[in-house]
Amino acid sequence: MNLAVRDIRHNVGRFALTTVGIGLLLMIVMGMGGIYRGLIYEATLLVDQVGADLWVVQGSTRGPFAEVSRIPANLEDRVRAVPGVAGARRFVSHTIQREHRGQPLRMVVQGLSWPEDKGDWVSLVAGRALRQAHYELIADRSLGLPLGEKVKLGKDTYEVVGLTRGMVGSGGDGLAFFTVSDAMAVQFDVPGEATRLERAARLVRLENLDLGRVTPLLSERVVGPANELPALAPPLVSAVLVTLQDGADPARVAATLATWPDVTIYSTQQQKDLLLSGMVDKARRQLGLFRVLLIIISAIIMALILYTLTLDKIHDIALLKLIGARNGVIIGLILQQALLMGVLGYGLAWWLGQYAFPRFPRLVVIETPDLLMLGGIVLAISMLASLLGIWKAMSVEPNKVLAA
Amino acid sequence: MNTAENHTPAIVAENLTKVYGSGNTEVVAMKDVSLRVARGEVIALLGPSGAGKSTLLTAIGLINPPTSGRIHIGGELVLDADQAKVDLRQFRRRHLGFVFQKANLIPFLSAVENVQVALEINDASPRAARIRAMELLDYLGVADRANNLPDALSGGQQQRVAVARALANEPSLILADEPTAALDSHRGRQVMELFSKVAHERGAAVLVVTHDHRSLDVFDKTYEMEDGELRPSQPSETDT
Repeated sequence: MNLAVRDIRHNVGRFALTTVGIGLLLMIVMGMGGIYRGLIYEATLLVDQVGADLWVVQGSTRGPFAEVSRIPANLEDRVRAVPGVAGARRFVSHTIQREHRGQPLRMVVQGLSWPEDKGDWVSLVAGRALRQAHYELIADRSLGLPLGEKVKLGKDTYEVVGLTRGMVGSGGDGLAFFTVSDAMAVQFDVPGEATRLERAARLVRLENLDLGRVTPLLSERVVGPANELPALAPPLVSAVLVTLQDGADPARVAATLATWPDVTIYSTQQQKDLLLSGMVDKARRQLGLFRVLLIIISAIIMALILYTLTLDKIHDIALLKLIGARNGVIIGLILQQALLMGVLGYGLAWWLGQYAFPRFPRLVVIETPDLLMLGGIVLAISMLASLLGIWKAMSVEPNKVLAA
Repeated sequence: MNTAENHTPAIVAENLTKVYGSGNTEVVAMKDVSLRVARGEVIALLGPSGAGKSTLLTAIGLINPPTSGRIHIGGELVLDADQAKVDLRQFRRRHLGFVFQKANLIPFLSAVENVQVALEINDASPRAARIRAMELLDYLGVADRANNLPDALSGGQQQRVAVARALANEPSLILADEPTAALDSHRGRQVMELFSKVAHERGAAVLVVTHDHRSLDVFDKTYEMEDGELRPSQPSETDT
């Protein structure tokens, strides 16, 4: 006969309520672990999928995700000339927040190095990759933009031609893929008046330089777009992505590129490490602390409830001792209830999570090793929580039955 | 049961003394009490409150050891002063049955489970325990309430279930502390007659602490306790 189950049946309301409470707490603990995994997944998603072997960023920086990186767009040509390099692409990434249909629209703008990169590597759930150099974008579904939607960014209007799912930046904002030039146009869009003033200022600066006096043709160029001024243009891209030839030694190529004083080279793994140790690490520690606190709270609640349940049947426990029950019978009664509470709470947490986690605004990734670890922790806290009740039960004298 | 066992007294208590506290707060609850109860005998222990009846009962029940004296149960020395000579909890499980003023049934177990639990903690299989528990409830006339929780039973039915639990492991000694106090006189007498029946039919010794003088005729012997001292209320029948 299982005394624990029979006692629970007798106090089913209290036991069920406590188990639901524990289950909800454990669901939050489980969810926080999933949010952390989701942060890692989202943060490293682009680095994983973009398919670069090496990242060339501004010298002495850890860009483009950890900090601002600006390098000349034509750096890709220099990179292509390095032995072992199969290809190089410009990489532009920045976050914007604009208004669309009266609602704020926040997205991570990713520049694809047109025409080499049309976004064919991007996993689409609908639509197609880019087919023209301008005015098209591939949007993540989390942005809420349907296929064919027209989005005005700056002076230009872009059409959504492809949709992705789960492609978000480390901040959880959906990715939008443009050509590099469109991405830069979006980034550096300024009002027409500011453009006219800047062009006029350029012309004045040029006239004051020897260069302007000896090359009058330049005066025609400075009044054009800034990115068409190779000698004067500011650094425009965030990074250059390097693809290596088959069999090329990444370390050797990286060492060659690292001799250039104006750039810093990272492997894909180093880029991921930078992301995880920088942006995600604090979130990880924060979530970890919350998880620890919630586990402690769960253990305390379980301990208090089990202690109360034990107090309620202290007379019955004294009676069991009086009629000769071994300590194992009494410990089993309390421990089984604790374990059952933990197991049911854990099961409830998992079950509720199946419905709740997909509705969270950030991605929640529940992995089997995390589930197993949490299961182990729940078993441990269940046993710990039962100690107070067991101690109370063990200290009861059988003659307490007579006192009653 | 062989002949030698038949002649071995169920209980022999020798010179039991129980002292609570010390110095100025010292209280002698039981003074040099000796008692011998044969198998199949039903003994009543009378006396006013505070006389030491429960102290004697808990000492013999191996719950509250005496300060001095020795207790033999079924011919085995089990307590020498406050020194246990056997595993007391195991000994209680196998040889003693308890009935109290309140039935003290476990509220989350049905009537049959309350009996069954006593059997299972003495290593009976669940199936065998269930069958035996039903037999006992049938014997005590409450088989029809076997699956009811204690709350659904009357006081008399609860006390019968408690007696069934006390009988479960065929104890050589049943100790009852005012088992009829919560019952009306009719049901009280029924319970006392039940003890007599159990003792005579099953060979168990029964020691009953009671204030109820109306049912004394069912007892084989009666003792009175006063100020911690035990004396036979019918000197010709005492065995001390």
